[in-house]
Amino acid sequence: MSAALVQQLVDGFAALMLLTSFALLAQHRMLSVLHWFAGQGLLLAATAAIVAYGTDNEELYISALMALLLKGMLLPWLLRRVIRQLHVHREVEPLMNGSLTMLVALGVTLFSFHIIQPIEKTSLLMTRDSMAIATACVLLGMLMMITRKKAITQVIGFLAVENALFFAAIGATNGMPLVVEIGIAFDVLIAALIFGLFFFQIRTTFDSLEVDTMNAHLIHKDDDE
Amino acid sequence: MNTAIMLALAACSTALVAALAPLILRQPVAQRTGLSLLLAVTGLLAMIAGIYGLVLGGDALILPLGLPWLPMHVRLDALASFFCLVIGSLLFPVAIYSQGYLRDEPRLTPLAIFMPLFVLGMLGVVLSDDAFTFMLFWELMSVSSYFLVTFKHENLENRKAGYIYLVMAHLAGLLILGSFAVLYAAAGSFEFSAMRDATISPFWASAAFLLAGFGFGTKAGVVPLHGWLPEAHPVAPSNVSALMSGIMLKVAIFGFIRVCWDLMGPGDFQWWWGALVLAAGSSSAITGVLMALQQHDLKRLLAYHSIENIGIILIGLGLSMLLAHFGHPMLAALGLVAALYHTINHALFKGLLFMGAGAVLHSTGTRDMESMGGLIHRMPWTAALFLVACLSISALPPFNGFVSEWLTFQTALMAPQLGGALLTAIVPFSAAMLALAGALAATCFVKVFGVVFLGHARTEVAASAHEVDNWMKVGMAIPAVFCLLLGLLPVLFIPLMDSVPELLLHASLAGSIHAHGWLWLTPIDIAHSSYSAPIVLIGMLVLGGLAFWLLHPKGRTIRRSVMWSCGNPHVNARMQYNATSFSQPLRRIFAGIYRPEEDLNIERSRHKLLADNVRYAVHIGDMAVQYLYQPIGKLTLYAAKLLQHEHQRGIHAYLAYTFITILFLLAVYI
Repeated sequence: MSAALVQQLVDGFAALMLLTSFALLAQHRMLSVLHWFAGQGLLLAATAAIVAYGTDNEELYISALMALLLKGMLLPWLLRRVIRQLHVHREVEPLMNGSLTMLVALGVTLFSFHIIQPIEKTSLLMTRDSMAIATACVLLGMLMMITRKKAITQVIGFLAVENALFFAAIGATNGMPLVVEIGIAFDVLIAALIFGLFFFQIRTTFDSLEVDTMNAHLIHKDDDE
Repeated sequence: MNTAIMLALAACSTALVAALAPLILRQPVAQRTGLSLLLAVTGLLAMIAGIYGLVLGGDALILPLGLPWLPMHVRLDALASFFCLVIGSLLFPVAIYSQGYLRDEPRLTPLAIFMPLFVLGMLGVVLSDDAFTFMLFWELMSVSSYFLVTFKHENLENRKAGYIYLVMAHLAGLLILGSFAVLYAAAGSFEFSAMRDATISPFWASAAFLLAGFGFGTKAGVVPLHGWLPEAHPVAPSNVSALMSGIMLKVAIFGFIRVCWDLMGPGDFQWWWGALVLAAGSSSAITGVLMALQQHDLKRLLAYHSIENIGIILIGLGLSMLLAHFGHPMLAALGLVAALYHTINHALFKGLLFMGAGAVLHSTGTRDMESMGGLIHRMPWTAALFLVACLSISALPPFNGFVSEWLTFQTALMAPQLGGALLTAIVPFSAAMLALAGALAATCFVKVFGVVFLGHARTEVAASAHEVDNWMKVGMAIPAVFCLLLGLLPVLFIPLMDSVPELLLHASLAGSIHAHGWLWLTPIDIAHSSYSAPIVLIGMLVLGGLAFWLLHPKGRTIRRSVMWSCGNPHVNARMQYNATSFSQPLRRIFAGIYRPEEDLNIERSRHKLLADNVRYAVHIGDMAVQYLYQPIGKLTLYAAKLLQHEHQRGIHAYLAYTFITILFLLAVYI
């Protein structure tokens, strides 16, 4: 495979990353959100493997394997279990209406391309074009956290931000040092486990997984005192 | 490393040991003895270090402490030596006094930890030779004194006072930090030696002056930044009040002198600096004494007098700044010496007054003057020693307060030598303010001594008061003796502190001060003015003896009988002149300033001409608190209320804030 082909492939996967980010933002059914999230993890693993091949960086293969196992399989499986057990299948009405969210997302993506332009010019890496998309994905993940009401979707948004950061690391510097990456992967896993535990706790305490209910509860508690 | 700085560092180490001692000593008795003993040693060492430093000169050292790239610089120059002497000369008697005062205190540990830390902070500020060390010890002093103010934290009043104190201390710290930042920008180093050598533009010099002035002014209690002072001083334990009022305010004065005179230097002075300091001093002096007159809480009254005396010190400093700017180094040195002389005087007599108030509080259990009276019969020693302090603070010869205020007046009388009509108008005005403040202070202490110690006991607690123990008596006697000595022998003391103006202004008073021997104090020359305290004392003794001999000739006994009561058979102790009635005429005269809220209630149930019950209450609020602090506080609360619901928006709003901030930062910085 030539370098040009690798670059084409990386760009192609980057475009797919952006697509998954948009899809995450657009979906309302829990399980499809989860599927897209799993797909994003698989894409990430594939991108890492291709960049590893293109740059002959052996450590990146391990990163790719970790992404595949953790982000493509383990985390979606964990979250799927939580969703099954808690019977949350649909996100309630989002805070912002769907088409407006899409418009904002579009604007944010354009903004990312705009601000990354001067940086792209200074980079010599084959993956430099993916930088703008990685930034856009980070921001879209955040947007997802802002516009959703269910705690689970917010956590998926958070994990999507993490995915995008991983992608940015591959794009900007051909991956972080392996030690750092293992550390982060482990953190994310622990975070997901803790979130899972929290969902059950929150559910038993508040009878709901909606963030607003928790707030309301807190405010009422304040008023009582 | 010379002896003086070694002694000063030994004093610091002793204070540190004293702060750590409560970790080992658990018994209250052991804690009390350890605290008193170690602090007394600290005071003694600081005093000796100060005298050594003034006479033989100090030294600079770099201690292997502090940050890796910024070791602690310490230096004992003439200015630091003088303030070491001030600290030591009050700390030593207060430590002895504490041994008796804390006898019945059940819970000593916080006091035993924070009092030495407080002392260590003050000594550290005085000795520090770089901005970092200075701020470190400054904050140590502020924070540990907060814990001393809130020592009896079970009272709401104390917690409130502590809060105000903490807020204002931090404000002061922030301003001082700002002033050091300006100096750092000019010098490129935190070390004071670099700041001294650096040249600074007039604009930035003024900025540093203003920041330092407001910062140190807040800590010193200059009107209108004094709000914390009348709250914090009364509620602290009396031995701590003595240290706070006697020394801590002086450390703020020290900081001001250090930054303006030493780090910037008289060459940078602008004419309005001196005028501003003079105006601040005059307003503090007059406001402090006017507010003091209307208090009936003994310690609160003394706290207001601290504001007055800080004002007097600032008048001296302001005059000195003006004179230095207009090129009269000799006269500027006189103003500086007057200010410094008043600094040590105030430390001594205000320390003594607070110790006396503490003794009264200790034996009657109240600070309210309206429930005292006649204590001179039951506490003769305390009364006599308190009287010495009253005479000193009222600036009456032959005590020390007179000398320093007289020197300040002598400096003010040189005003015509200054250029400009404005200045020749301002200076006599502030001198008049000083004179008025002196007269009112005397009135106020007639009231204090008369109401507390003379007359009849107004309540049961006052009637059953008892004299304090020997430790407290000795603790009060030492500053009383110092007050008398400093009043009698200024000619010997001023040459001792002469190295301070020599350091700061390169001018010496040694030539003119004792040109006519130890008996005559001649600040400028003999033709101009002279004062001899010993001769005044002899004159007073002779006249007093003569009057006594004429009024009480031999052979005639004094007849004691019931006083005439206008025919009213029921006379009780509550009919005496009390604190509120004594100050009533002045309340009328200065009604425009006081704005008293008077409440007169007369019950007439039987006949409209027969009053059964008369109740009179008067409340006088602090104008600065009313018109400056409360509006600022309200504005802050209002702004907080506007923002309040933003806090309850929930997680989505917070995420959105983060998101928008990131977008904004990306847009701006990339």
